[in-house]
Amino acid sequence: MKPTDIKNPEYFHKVVDCQYACPAHTPVPEYIRLIAAERYTDAYMVNWQSNVFPGILGRTCDRPCEPACRRVRVEEEPVAICRLKRVAADNKEDIRERLPVIPATKNGKRVALIGAGPASLTVARGLAPLGYTIDLYDNQFAGGGMMRSQIPSFRLPAEVLDEEVNYILDMGINATFNVQVESLKEILDKEYDAVFVGTGAPRGKGLNLPGLEDAMPNVYLGIDWLSSVAFEHTKSIGKRVLVLGGGNTAMDCCRTSRRMGGEDVRVVVRSPFEDMKASPWEKEDAAAEGIPIYNNHVPKEFVVEDGKLKGMRFEKVEAHYDEDGKRTLVPTGEDLVFMEADDVLMAIGQENAFPWIERDLGIEFDKWEMPVVDKATFQSTNERVFFGGDSAFGPENIITAVAHGHQAAVSIDLFCRGEDVHKRPPPHVSLSSQKMGVHEWSYDNAVANDHRYAVPHAPLAKTLKNRKVEVELGFDVETGYKEAERCLNCDVQTVFDELRCIECDACVDICPTDCITFTTNGTEEELRHRLEAPANNLAQDLYISADLPTMRVMVKDENVCLHCGLCAERCPTTAWDMQKFLYNVHKAGE
Amino acid sequence: MSYQLPKFRHPELPVNDLGYTKADYEGAISTLCAGCGHDSISGAIVRACHELSIEPHKIAKLSGIGCSSKAPTYFLGNSHGFNSVHGRMPSVVTGAALANRDLLYMGVSGDGDTASIGMGQFAHVARRNLNMVYIVMNNGCYGLTKGQDSATADRGSASKKGDPNIYSAIDLCGTALQMGATFVARSFSGDKEQLVPLIKAAISHRGFALIDVVSPCVTFNNNAKSTKSYEFVREHSEATGTIDFVPMHKEITTEYQPGHSHEVTLHNGSSIRLYKVDESLNPFDRRSAINALEEHRCSGNILTGLIYMNMDSRDLHEVLETSQRPLNALDESDLCPGNKMLLNINASLR
Repeated sequence: MKPTDIKNPEYFHKVVDCQYACPAHTPVPEYIRLIAAERYTDAYMVNWQSNVFPGILGRTCDRPCEPACRRVRVEEEPVAICRLKRVAADNKEDIRERLPVIPATKNGKRVALIGAGPASLTVARGLAPLGYTIDLYDNQFAGGGMMRSQIPSFRLPAEVLDEEVNYILDMGINATFNVQVESLKEILDKEYDAVFVGTGAPRGKGLNLPGLEDAMPNVYLGIDWLSSVAFEHTKSIGKRVLVLGGGNTAMDCCRTSRRMGGEDVRVVVRSPFEDMKASPWEKEDAAAEGIPIYNNHVPKEFVVEDGKLKGMRFEKVEAHYDEDGKRTLVPTGEDLVFMEADDVLMAIGQENAFPWIERDLGIEFDKWEMPVVDKATFQSTNERVFFGGDSAFGPENIITAVAHGHQAAVSIDLFCRGEDVHKRPPPHVSLSSQKMGVHEWSYDNAVANDHRYAVPHAPLAKTLKNRKVEVELGFDVETGYKEAERCLNCDVQTVFDELRCIECDACVDICPTDCITFTTNGTEEELRHRLEAPANNLAQDLYISADLPTMRVMVKDENVCLHCGLCAERCPTTAWDMQKFLYNVHKAGE
Repeated sequence: MSYQLPKFRHPELPVNDLGYTKADYEGAISTLCAGCGHDSISGAIVRACHELSIEPHKIAKLSGIGCSSKAPTYFLGNSHGFNSVHGRMPSVVTGAALANRDLLYMGVSGDGDTASIGMGQFAHVARRNLNMVYIVMNNGCYGLTKGQDSATADRGSASKKGDPNIYSAIDLCGTALQMGATFVARSFSGDKEQLVPLIKAAISHRGFALIDVVSPCVTFNNNAKSTKSYEFVREHSEATGTIDFVPMHKEITTEYQPGHSHEVTLHNGSSIRLYKVDESLNPFDRRSAINALEEHRCSGNILTGLIYMNMDSRDLHEVLETSQRPLNALDESDLCPGNKMLLNINASLR
């Protein structure tokens, strides 16, 4: 293998698994250390720079970072990254002075944002400080998009949402609420320099089953029903509720039902429990509220008697997987299962809809009726129109929308300055030694053995009575510290200098997880099998040095490195050093 | 400064026949200087004991005084240990081994503990052929007292202070051969490929097994003019050959060229296979071993690997014809069989 090029920022970036997995590449270990140091405001701002909505995401993020956490590979449970983010948000001081200054004189460029969800707000946060004039249009009464209409208040209190949305709206954004944009042409005719479409995936999918027509008065689309609850048009639901679907919307629907009068609320899902799309913790929270999940039940028909919905019938199935892991649901042949219901909520998916975009504006649409959007620049085939969030490539999540918004803001800024949008500015990186003295590091290198701490919940008796009472109470400061100490500081990199190495083996002997081997070079495939411990996780790189005096090389399997710094502590010649690697995605105007 | 090893280990660490991972043979985190060769030897001992599937409670590690003799804290944390008096480790092992022959005795000593204050004890334990492994962590200096030259420092070798040593060196392998040791090897802390099989062979040998391991002292004796530095040893070591240790009941899979290898079966059914590089040495002939040591000394090189092994070794218990049952397992009825037995014995003497 060739020596590893550690000058390529992507090498060490990949070692920071959580940050690499985060669509917005939030520097996770950096803010976790700040939380441990009780510097909550600083921790909040590190987050805010990357993900714009730390308080919201600290409650609602899909947390792609957590399954990636190295802790999963050496212990079991990841660091509670998401809930630590909330600790920063809960305990911060007033941050308004730290927000970017909005120039009084504008740069003369006008940008329209359609939709006031996380993607559009992120674009606004990127462009407003650069002097752009920004007009925002949304059909709801306030900003936030699906964060406001679809996430129930017991998961995301309105105050938290308002606070973070307002940080952006207060940047001099000209927001027009309660307006449905019916024509993109009309917007383009206003001669904006650029238009950003962040209208989400607003259309819920339904199931057209026998009996639907008669049952219709008691059948709702999940996301529509959730927003109707959020906007207080809907105030109750029947005692017996069936929720169809296995995603997070289904979880929100069933838990909201429990708070709106539902007593026998059931989730019915076609797939096996393990295959459900809902995040594991959302399933747990539903279970904790006494909501059973019936898996392997395929809905067949609505049962209506005397013109009124009585319930539904389901066919029991078994999942079979072929060699490629492709799933087919095979009926078990048992009788159909009948379940009583007063109301049915369908939460089986959502999709995009662009009836308001004229097809003659130079914006190409594919066979799925999705706009053709460049994955890096978020520009459509009409160079003035950019897409982001769920409206670009279909339903994802908040943090992905934020990541899109950052990139779209960069593109719009480049475009408005007449520069090539394909020339993406490189990330900001720094690598600096953490050595404070002999065997002293600037970070807590001792590895905490604690298991993951659970976030306390408010009592059910209280939360089920009022849909606005937040269920999760968040970590207190002490627990937050202990949880923060579980972080392995994967951004503090083990940097090896072969010119200093005397091949004494001290690092090999001390490494608690047998990551380091000195051996003759070879191909990657073959090297992976003759290291101190097998390197079977192919997603994790091998760090290879140049040739050493004995014509061997140092090979480090990054997979389960604890970043404990013992290799560097035991190195007599400082050939190993612990260096903090900071990686920040380039944002507009930086 | 880290005072504790993290608890987490590689999730795919191999387990041995007893179901233990290497981690079960580790000790406390080392407090020796960073880069000390002794830590590598500790690592090699851990590996050898793990790979041989020795139950940790069947091992006793004993040492004297010095940096080397601190080292047993840093390996085999689940085994018996005795940190004894300076140079007196052999006496303590002798006592322990006579009382309980069922344990594996792993003596760890240094060049000061062995070649200076403990020289007399070393000579006698070798000549009595006590069944033990005797590992010398040999760095040629007194690291614990700021790096003075020790009795194994080569004449002319200079430590960090820079003054060449004016006395001739004691060669522990040569001394052990003279004293009648039945297993003599030398190795280098920076070469686990060689050291681990040697430790395994020494453990399986019945009798006194010396491994003199050159182990650079990075703090006081790892400089350009030292003959016990990493660089010097790497450039000047000449291996007698490489050896493979094949545990009992394991299929032999390595291929070898006939004529260049010796296979030797040990008393416990394991075998070692020696791939010879140096044709002038026959490691089963003591005279050949002594000559090879002397030739390498004259040429300024360090002979490493298996130097001598006596296949007909009879250890102290065999010589003394002691009870097969460990003495400490004999109870009062064994030791005082009663008046009738006494009368029988007396009668047999009349």
